[in-house]
Amino acid sequence: MNIARRGILALAGALGIGAMIASAPGVAQDWEPKKPVEFIIMAGTGGGADQIARLLQGLIEKKDLSPRPFIPINKPGGSGAEALRYLQDKAGDDHVVLVTLNSFYTTPIIQQDLGVDISNFTPIGRMALDTFLLWVNTDREDITDLDSYVDAVKAAGMEWKVGGTGSGQEDSILTAMMEKEFGYEVTYIPFPGGGTVAKNLVGNHIDSTVNNPAEQNEFMRAGNTKPLVQFTPERMQSYPDVPTAQELGHDIVYFMQRSINGPPDMSPEARDWYINLFKTLFESEEWQTFCVEDGLTCDEWVAGDDLAAFHAEQGKRHQELIESVGAAAITGE
Amino acid sequence: MESILLSLSGGLLEAFQPLNLLMIVIGCVVGLFIGAMPGLGSVNGVAILLPITFLVPPNAAIMFLAAIYYGAMYGGAISSITLGIPGASTAVATVFDGRPLAIAGKADQALTAAAIASFVGGTVSVVLFTLFAPPLADFALRFGPPEEFALMVLAFATFIGLGGDDIPKTIFSILIGLVLATIGLDIISGRPRLIFFDISGFMHGINFLVLAIGIYGIGEMLWTLEQTEGNVIVHKVNMSWRAFLTNLGHVKYYIKTTILGSILGYFVGTLPAAGATPASLMSYGLAKTFSKDPESFGKGNVAGVAAPEAANNAASTGSMLPMITLGIPGSPTTAILLGGMIIWGLRPGPLLFTEHPDFVWGLIGSLYVANAFTVLINLAFIPLFVRVLTMPFTVLAPIIFVLCVVGGYAPSQTMHDVWLMLLFGVAGYLLRKLNYPVAPAVLAIVLGPLAEQSFRQSLLGSQGEVWIFFERPISATCIAIAAALVLYPVLRGLRKPAKAQA
Amino acid sequence: MTVRTAELVMAIATMLISIAIMWKSTELSIGWVPQKGPGSGAWPFWLSTGMLLASAATLVRWFLRATPESRSEETYISRTAFYVVGVSVGAILFLLIATNFIGIYFALLLFLFFYLRFVGRHSWTTTLSVTIGVPVFIFCMFEWALTIPLPKAISEPLFYPIYDLIY
Repeated sequence: MNIARRGILALAGALGIGAMIASAPGVAQDWEPKKPVEFIIMAGTGGGADQIARLLQGLIEKKDLSPRPFIPINKPGGSGAEALRYLQDKAGDDHVVLVTLNSFYTTPIIQQDLGVDISNFTPIGRMALDTFLLWVNTDREDITDLDSYVDAVKAAGMEWKVGGTGSGQEDSILTAMMEKEFGYEVTYIPFPGGGTVAKNLVGNHIDSTVNNPAEQNEFMRAGNTKPLVQFTPERMQSYPDVPTAQELGHDIVYFMQRSINGPPDMSPEARDWYINLFKTLFESEEWQTFCVEDGLTCDEWVAGDDLAAFHAEQGKRHQELIESVGAAAITGE
Repeated sequence: MESILLSLSGGLLEAFQPLNLLMIVIGCVVGLFIGAMPGLGSVNGVAILLPITFLVPPNAAIMFLAAIYYGAMYGGAISSITLGIPGASTAVATVFDGRPLAIAGKADQALTAAAIASFVGGTVSVVLFTLFAPPLADFALRFGPPEEFALMVLAFATFIGLGGDDIPKTIFSILIGLVLATIGLDIISGRPRLIFFDISGFMHGINFLVLAIGIYGIGEMLWTLEQTEGNVIVHKVNMSWRAFLTNLGHVKYYIKTTILGSILGYFVGTLPAAGATPASLMSYGLAKTFSKDPESFGKGNVAGVAAPEAANNAASTGSMLPMITLGIPGSPTTAILLGGMIIWGLRPGPLLFTEHPDFVWGLIGSLYVANAFTVLINLAFIPLFVRVLTMPFTVLAPIIFVLCVVGGYAPSQTMHDVWLMLLFGVAGYLLRKLNYPVAPAVLAIVLGPLAEQSFRQSLLGSQGEVWIFFERPISATCIAIAAALVLYPVLRGLRKPAKAQA
Repeated sequence: MTVRTAELVMAIATMLISIAIMWKSTELSIGWVPQKGPGSGAWPFWLSTGMLLASAATLVRWFLRATPESRSEETYISRTAFYVVGVSVGAILFLLIATNFIGIYFALLLFLFFYLRFVGRHSWTTTLSVTIGVPVFIFCMFEWALTIPLPKAISEPLFYPIYDLIY
């Protein structure tokens, strides 16, 4: 039965009108959830990870893929530190999964005393890769490409304001990488969320930003902002005219992964059930449409041990990145 | 103008489609009840019911969610008045006068005032929304960090009158609220801050609701228990038509405040990052400052119920503006609505108005309809809500405690917050007995993070130069108004003795 | 304890709390970072310094007997009030501790039963209907209508059949 009817009827029941509905239990399998599954989001409401979790929850509900509901719970504390520690403490629990950002890698590196080792977690599946582009306001007619951008930044020096979603977040790492590559220094101003960053760029309160496509697309279409360069290995379908940094001779490539992970020591049966579930979702038409519209890359399904290998590689890469730019460049103090 | 009317009538027709109308009515009722539960606000309602919207067309879906949002705004006032617990952060200012009215046996008056003020607030803001959406969106864009900080200064200035007569204790209360707000992640440096005893529960900071439910739910309940020593209080409730009409007649006492609050609420709501809570608090503060009888505020003045209720409903409509035109949520609830729109394949942004006019105007039309329905439903339910107060106190008190515990748990789903809530409740009770005002702490925890964040963002941008707040026209104006608000009571105080002498 | 003593104890307690927060804030930079504005510890540090000063002012006013509280020799919490308030706080405390072990629903049953029957001295009918009605209402509202699971601790398996029924 659908959640709408359930919600309304339950409310009626709760009000004392009373209603009883029984639904048939799901098809027997090796393992399936016995109670509602906690769907932990390591970021606040309304962000990219949150949207993904709520979309997936809705799809699970709509397609009736789970006998128990998935319940999104936001734990944004400490750049995801709270979520990671929560998951660590839930070791062996088969009814909790986590939607990640790249703070999955960076938070344990930057906050050493957290005591979380992500290699203990149970990788389930990678739903998408998100990409980054460099954006400026279209009012800046003097900036047309990467070179003129670098010149403008160097001329402005510390007065050049780059907006981002927070020190230690993906875009601050990318900003630090660019500072190192081009040999300039800028002022990095954190805002609570990519949408706010985009608005501040349109309102000329900041000079540039590295936003995800989803956060800037509408402003680009309205002619408010323009992308200068993309940080992908190859040009994306949606931005055929924007060069990649590699084409221009600067080796900056950066992705954000959106993956689903379980706590340490999840039972293999449960893990397989979740892998199956999220694979079905990944292949669904709705998910693929969402990916295209949101500028996400969803070509390849990576699950289980392959995802563990991917996490290991990305973890190492972030470790190197943070060492090379210096943790101080990212945390800002 | 004509094109606006044409679009609007199209939108209204859309809202009267059978499916859409059904969704609006259900949404209003569901929202009303969710809003009335302490701890649960429109955020929970909208977040939880979002998946339902996969089953109906996007237009019906957004109308359903917007109706829940609307209903919850009305509902918040119900628990603020009858139980003395703010149902959501937007309804905290409603407690200040709503609770004293309920204790005095005038809950029906307070509830009627809340419903009428909400209706006026909703209507005024929808009309403003219809007429001035695009120019206001441009104005909102001009709000950078310095302007946001100046707005917060203005918000604080409106509270000057809210403290008690003991100045050091009032200052202490404001400061502890601000300090509690700094717990958690510092977004500027990306570092955890004030994580006491390394407890991970502090990492998500102290939710406003934990403090508000603790102080108003548990603390107030303990205070009332002590005052009555557990004896039964039974309120006489007059539920005749005559009483209802008399209550309606009271509109004249608060209509001015209500309209002022509606306009203020709408403008504050349209600014990204502000939202309905600061709007309702500012409206209350202003209503008190400019009242002919400021002393009666906080002791049961219906205008003190009407002002915040008008503003929070107006702001909830207002905060849809940055969501639709800029893709930036003005409040946590619109953040989720925004997520919903993206999931349905609608891209909020500057082009939504021109590319999906049917959707936008349908939403606006539904706001008119939802507003009218909610006020009717709300007025119809008032006798039911008032009946809650006729329960013996030793039955009501444990039920309120239970609602506090569950309401403290629900937003973050950790027991850590429930323990904190109990701690705040007991501390609030002990402090209150020594004449420490508690309201300033609750206000400070809401505005503190916004103020600190915008202050530091501005200084980062200006290379540490403080003059930035006075150089920019909008922020300088806000600060000047704030200074005037602070000086106004002082000047009025100076003038009075002069008159007495003459 | 008289109100006057309570005022003194509270002023000292708030001073100690302020100092503790000031000390905790010094873990982060509390100064003015050149070209960046205040450091991340500055806001809490200077605010808690303000709390310390405000508490000190209350203390000074206590010595001067400047406030009504510092002159009042009435009892701070009377015996009867202590009983009603103490029992309520104790019962909530028990509710929270019990939630950790037997889950919130069974803890609620015990809490409500105790409060209604022994504090409120209500009839069996009232006691039982509220004791059973409230947890059922909470369950329907939260778990069923809103799908917010409340903590159940070891009582979780007992709910599996109900989940079958409602989800």
